[in-house]
Amino acid sequence: MSRDLSINVHHITRVEGHGNIVVDVKNGVLKRAYLNIVEPPRFFEAMLKGRNFHEAAIITSRICGICSLGHQMTSLKATEAALGLEVSEQTVILRKILVHGATFQSNVLHALFLAAPDFLNVGSVFPLVHTHKDVVQAALRLKHLANEIGALISGRAVHPISIVPGGFTKLPSEKDLTYLRDKLANEGMKDAMFAIDILATLADQIPEFYRETEYISLYNDKEYAFYDGLICSSDAGLFPVEEYESVTNEFIVAHSTSKHTKFNRSSYMVGALARFNNSYELLRPKAKEVAAKLGLQAPNYNPYMNTVAQMVEVVHCIEDSIELLDVLLQRGIKNEKPNQEPTRYGRGIAATEVPRGILFHDYTYNRKGQIEHANCIIPTGQNLANIDDDMRKLVPEIIHESKQEITKKLEMLVRAYDPCISCSVHMLDVQFEE
Amino acid sequence: MSARKQKKQKPKVAFFDFTSCEGCQLNKLNFENELLDFLELVDIVEFREAMDDKADEYDIAFIEGSITTPTCVERIYDIRRRSKILVALGQCAVSGGINAMKNNFPLDQVQETVYGKDKYLFPSMPALPVRAFVKVDYEVRGCPMSPPEYLHVFKSLVLGRTPEIKDYAVCVECKLKENECVLEKGMFCLGPITRAGCDAICPSNGQYCTGCRGPVSNINKNGAIEMLKQHGFSVEEAIKRMNLFNTNEFEKELNWGKQ
Repeated sequence: MSRDLSINVHHITRVEGHGNIVVDVKNGVLKRAYLNIVEPPRFFEAMLKGRNFHEAAIITSRICGICSLGHQMTSLKATEAALGLEVSEQTVILRKILVHGATFQSNVLHALFLAAPDFLNVGSVFPLVHTHKDVVQAALRLKHLANEIGALISGRAVHPISIVPGGFTKLPSEKDLTYLRDKLANEGMKDAMFAIDILATLADQIPEFYRETEYISLYNDKEYAFYDGLICSSDAGLFPVEEYESVTNEFIVAHSTSKHTKFNRSSYMVGALARFNNSYELLRPKAKEVAAKLGLQAPNYNPYMNTVAQMVEVVHCIEDSIELLDVLLQRGIKNEKPNQEPTRYGRGIAATEVPRGILFHDYTYNRKGQIEHANCIIPTGQNLANIDDDMRKLVPEIIHESKQEITKKLEMLVRAYDPCISCSVHMLDVQFEE
Repeated sequence: MSARKQKKQKPKVAFFDFTSCEGCQLNKLNFENELLDFLELVDIVEFREAMDDKADEYDIAFIEGSITTPTCVERIYDIRRRSKILVALGQCAVSGGINAMKNNFPLDQVQETVYGKDKYLFPSMPALPVRAFVKVDYEVRGCPMSPPEYLHVFKSLVLGRTPEIKDYAVCVECKLKENECVLEKGMFCLGPITRAGCDAICPSNGQYCTGCRGPVSNINKNGAIEMLKQHGFSVEEAIKRMNLFNTNEFEKELNWGKQ
């Protein structure tokens, strides 16, 4: 079919940050298909230079309001690695619960508020308030519960306060933790299962599109990795986090203010589907049940299924948080002060699985405890090349469809990755020569 | 018919994001308990992060983020032209916020170190507050903005009232919460000169005040310097800390303590 087609979706909606979809087909041949990232850069590494170790997490948190907990967590771990600060087991367990809370808050926001309207052919969640009020309310309760985890354990859900290098400046009370445990086990699990039942009825709205790619996530043989682990590539196996640069290989393209990455192929995917594909065996039992119910099997090569994998993770995070809270409550909360006595000054590299995928922070400190050099690599930046590759395979497959339908499928594709464009642009590698 | 007419009278509210982390936008979606009630009171006509629709004019426009590119300038002029009331939401919009830290470095140098020889692919300029370009009717400060304060401003404007904006130091709220003084604990704190409205949330969680809400309008400069010195902190340290969220606001104050 020798068709001409030009699509330019300016500032795609229902994603975080600013991006345009650009597609050009001439005489049935695809000339261009890419996601044009137009978010203004913010030059965060420049801001980090010369800052004290206790300020790094406060600054990097502001890269992204949605991922603020993930940035803080990764920042703290990088600082602790650089300064040789040990943290207690209690700190690690509390942090893992916070990461779960942030993950399921973000996954719920994306799957039920930003992506679901596509499955129901509406332009936003607001019309669903009238047509699907019970699901919207369940989703709001879930989001609220996730935010309560952030507020009660770290002082605030957006830009947390009490998590600092070496521990916590204020610890949650056992009463608060019991409250969270019970709410997760009852209302939280019930609402999640209800939302998933509704989602299961919409499964036929998810486009059929398959493209196997390289899946990269953290991997930890003890648990479904969020807080820590090794870098896992579905093509090439396991690598220490310290070798992240040989995995990410950043490069600049003219159509994006965010750098792209690649490893063994022209692109790779990070995020819920990558984690699911690499660590399926380590999911909690209910999460596995939900995956089966939603028709998601590992490995799955349909990027649109990322949204479904996010809901599977919601259930996993709830289950695992309940277990972690039980451990804490059984031991009782010990009144520990943060350990902020550096034992060395140097380079520290850390990675965390944040909602959109693997996040790296890399700092070098001088002997005054100030940052000399910083580099951060963001999940959305790592997905951009993969999105472009998907678009280049998808457009020829659906070229016979109407422009409107093609545009919708492209928008849904970009949305499925749950891109956080602010993040991807706001961290760029800067080295100042003095 | 009357129901339709009533619907037409609801204020048209729009949300716009410029250069920022979108955390303040997110905070708006975090009123899970009140969100559905909000929708009864107003028509949300534009909110790119959450919906597809677009509108031509707005009764109240909430602006998040700072102005950092030529495209941002065009957009903010256009939005102002179509808005009856314009509210700057969060510190990036109010003062340039954390984005303005880059203003401490020569712009050309920042761009070149990020993009190398491709530095002119992506235009950039110093990060500036919304009020540097257009009239701002109200401000909701903070990084992130304080949800109760936002709720107060939102409700007041929808009801046609003038919101009350606090102009005293965080210390006042901190004392009311009966927190131990952060300076007394041996930590640096910007509470004495930072505008209240956050309910001293950071000191209440064991942290120091980072000054994220900007300075009160009449800083007792000498008193503040004296107090910091008493607790062993230098003016240089104070300036560095204040720069975190307030580079633009303190530019004129950079001669602090050098009289």
